[in-house]
Amino acid sequence: MSENFGVIFSSILDGLTTTIWATLGGIALTIVLAFAAGLGMLSRWLAVRWLARIYVEVFRGTSEVVQLFWIFFVLPLLVGFRLVPLFAGILVLGLNHGAYGGEIVRGAVQSVPKAQHEGAIACNFSPAQRMFRVILPQAVVEMMPPFGPDIMVIYGVELAFYLVLAILITIVMRALESAGAKRIGRMPPPRTKFLAKTQGGGV
Amino acid sequence: MSVNYEQSFNGPMIQFDNVVKRFGQLTVLEDLNFDVAPGEFVTLIGPSGSGKTTILRLLMTLEKLTEGTIYVGGEPLSHLHKDDKLVEANEKHLREARKKIGMVFQQFNLFPNMKVLRNITEAPVRSLGRSRDEAEKRGSELLEMVGLSDKVDAHPSQLSGGQQQRVAIARALAMEPKVLLLDEVTSALDPELVTGVLHLLKEIAETTDITFLCVTHEMQFARDVSDRVMMFDSGHVIEDAHPDKLFTDPDPDPDPDHERTREFLHAVLDRG
Amino acid sequence: MVWDRGAVSDSFPLLLAGLVVTLEITVLGSLLAYVLGLVFALIRRLRVPVLNQAVYLFVEFIRSTPLLVQVFVFFWVLQPAVGLPISAFASGVIVIGVHYACYTSEVYRAGIEAIPQGQWEAATALNLPRTRVWSGVILPQSVPRVVPALGNYTISMFKETPLLLAIGVQDLLNRAKEYGAETFSVTEAYTMAGAFFLVISYVASLLVRRLESRVGQL
Repeated sequence: MSENFGVIFSSILDGLTTTIWATLGGIALTIVLAFAAGLGMLSRWLAVRWLARIYVEVFRGTSEVVQLFWIFFVLPLLVGFRLVPLFAGILVLGLNHGAYGGEIVRGAVQSVPKAQHEGAIACNFSPAQRMFRVILPQAVVEMMPPFGPDIMVIYGVELAFYLVLAILITIVMRALESAGAKRIGRMPPPRTKFLAKTQGGGV
Repeated sequence: MSVNYEQSFNGPMIQFDNVVKRFGQLTVLEDLNFDVAPGEFVTLIGPSGSGKTTILRLLMTLEKLTEGTIYVGGEPLSHLHKDDKLVEANEKHLREARKKIGMVFQQFNLFPNMKVLRNITEAPVRSLGRSRDEAEKRGSELLEMVGLSDKVDAHPSQLSGGQQQRVAIARALAMEPKVLLLDEVTSALDPELVTGVLHLLKEIAETTDITFLCVTHEMQFARDVSDRVMMFDSGHVIEDAHPDKLFTDPDPDPDPDHERTREFLHAVLDRG
Repeated sequence: MVWDRGAVSDSFPLLLAGLVVTLEITVLGSLLAYVLGLVFALIRRLRVPVLNQAVYLFVEFIRSTPLLVQVFVFFWVLQPAVGLPISAFASGVIVIGVHYACYTSEVYRAGIEAIPQGQWEAATALNLPRTRVWSGVILPQSVPRVVPALGNYTISMFKETPLLLAIGVQDLLNRAKEYGAETFSVTEAYTMAGAFFLVISYVASLLVRRLESRVGQL
C-alpha cells in the first residue's frame, strides 16, 4: 500500500501544473460555452436557437459519466487520437457545465427589465451594442450568485474526482498487470507517467 | 419659440397614414391619420388604454405597426422603398430612422451599469460616431443645463427620481433628435419634483426647434406649452385643437365627442 | 467509422436489462432519499438534541465530498470493515440514497419554512397536539410544494447512477461497456446508452415542469 501512495504522490506532483492549466482551461471552456449557448437560445434566428437548445438538452440530459465514457472511448474513433484522461475530464466538464450554465445565462439576460432594452433602442444602439453594452453588463451581476460557487467549488471537487477516478483505475490496472506478470514469471513493465503524457497526437 | 406654423411648414415632420395597431385580438389604434409640423409641440391626452403611449412606442420603433405607414421627416419610419413598394425595414434602416427620434420614458430607463455622464455620452459615441472627448464636452454642457453638473460621476441609483429624469432628458437631447417623445415623464415622480422637470421641458421646447410629441396627465403643462392638443379615445382622435380652445371651450355642444372630452377633462382636472 | 445498425438491435436486450437496473437503483434510491431527507429535516427543525448536530455535520460532510469517493469508501472500506455482505447493487442504492437525502432534507426544510406563520398560530390556537400539527397541518401543505424539487433530484440521481460502474453494478453504462468490449461496437453501445439517458431524463423533466406549474397554482 505504501508503494501505491508513492505512485499517487508522484503522479499528482507530475500532473500538478497540467492540472492547474487544465482547470483554468475547463473554466474558460465552460464560460465560453455557457455564454454561447445562453445567447444562442435567445437568438433572433430559429436555427441558432435550435442548435443552442439541442446542445443544452443533450448535455444536460445524457449522464455526465456517460459523456466521459463517450468522449474517452468513442471520440478517439471519430478523430483518430485519444485524449489524456484529465483532458477528457476537462472537456466533459466544460461541455456539461456549459450546458447548465447556458440556462443560467439565458435566465439572467431575460431577467434584465424590458425597459432597459427599450432605453437602448431609444439611444439608437445596434442590436450587438444593446446586448454587450447595456443588457449583458447587468445580466452578469445576476449570474454571479448561481455561477460563482458553481464554478469555484464544483470545479475543484470534480477535478479532484476525475483525478481520483483516473488514479484509481490506473492503480487497479497496474495491480492486475503485475499480478498477471508474476503469474507468468515476468517483471512488470516500467512505470509511465500517465497524467502529463498524451498517447499519440496532441490535445 | 414654437416656430411659426405657416412660415416653416414644408411637409410634416411626423405623418401617420392609415395606421392600425393590434395586439392579438385587441385593436389599439384604428385607421389613424394625423400630421405634426416641424417644431410643433403636440400633446396627446385621453383615458388610459386609449392608445396614446402606443403612438409614441410606434414612433420609437418599440412596437411594429399592423397596417399603414408612419413618415418621419418625409421618410417611411419602419418601411423601406423597394421596387416602388414599401417593405418592412431592416435593422440598418431602423437605425438610420431612429437618429431623428429621441424618447424620455416614464420610468427613466437609465442604464444602471453606467455612470451619469456615460449614460449621456454612450449613445452619441456608439451611434453617431462622435469622439469621446466631444461627447463628454457636450454631455457636461447638457448636465449643466439640466442643473446636475455635480452628478457627473454619480450612479443613476444614487439620484432622486427627478434627477434621474433630468439625466434621461439630457441623454435624449445628446442625440440631437428632430423629434422628442415624452411618455408620461412625470408620472413616476414624487409630486414635489414634478414642477422642476416640467419647467425644464418647457424651457427646452421654447429654445429649440425640436418637434415634441407628449403624453401627459399634467393638464396645466399641456396648456402652457402645447401648440396643439389631441384627445384620444379608443384609438381614435376625437378632438384636435389649440389648447385654449380645447380646455376652455364653454359652448355646450351636442357632439358626443366633445361631451367625451369634457367628461375626461373634468375627471382629470378635478383630481389634480 | 461506420454506424452498425445490426449492433443497435443486437445490443438492445442487453442495454435494456442494464436500463432496468439503473431505473431500479433510481427508484429505490429516491425512496430512500425522500424518506431519510424528511427524517433529517425534522430532526433539524425540531432541534432533537445531539442528533441535530450529528445530522448537520453528516449533511455538510456528504455534500462537500464527491459521490464517487463515497461509493468507494462504502463498498471497499466501510462494508468489509463491518463485515456485512452487502451486494454492489444494494451498496449503490444505499450510498446514492443517503447522498441525495442530504440534498432533499434542504428541500423539505425550505418547504416547511414556506408555510406561513399564521398556520402555526392557527394550529396553536386550536390547541392541536404537536404531532397533529405536523401530520395534519404542516406536512400536508409543505410536501406537495416540494414534489417538483424532489423530482429534479431524482432526475439528477438517474444521471449519476452510472458512477456505480466503479463498484461493478450491472447498470446501463456497464452493459454498454461490456457490449462494446465484446463486439468492438463501442460507438453504437455508448451512443445508445446516452440516448436512453437523454430520452428518459428529458421526458421526466417535462413531467416535472408540468408538476411545477401545477404546484405554482397551489
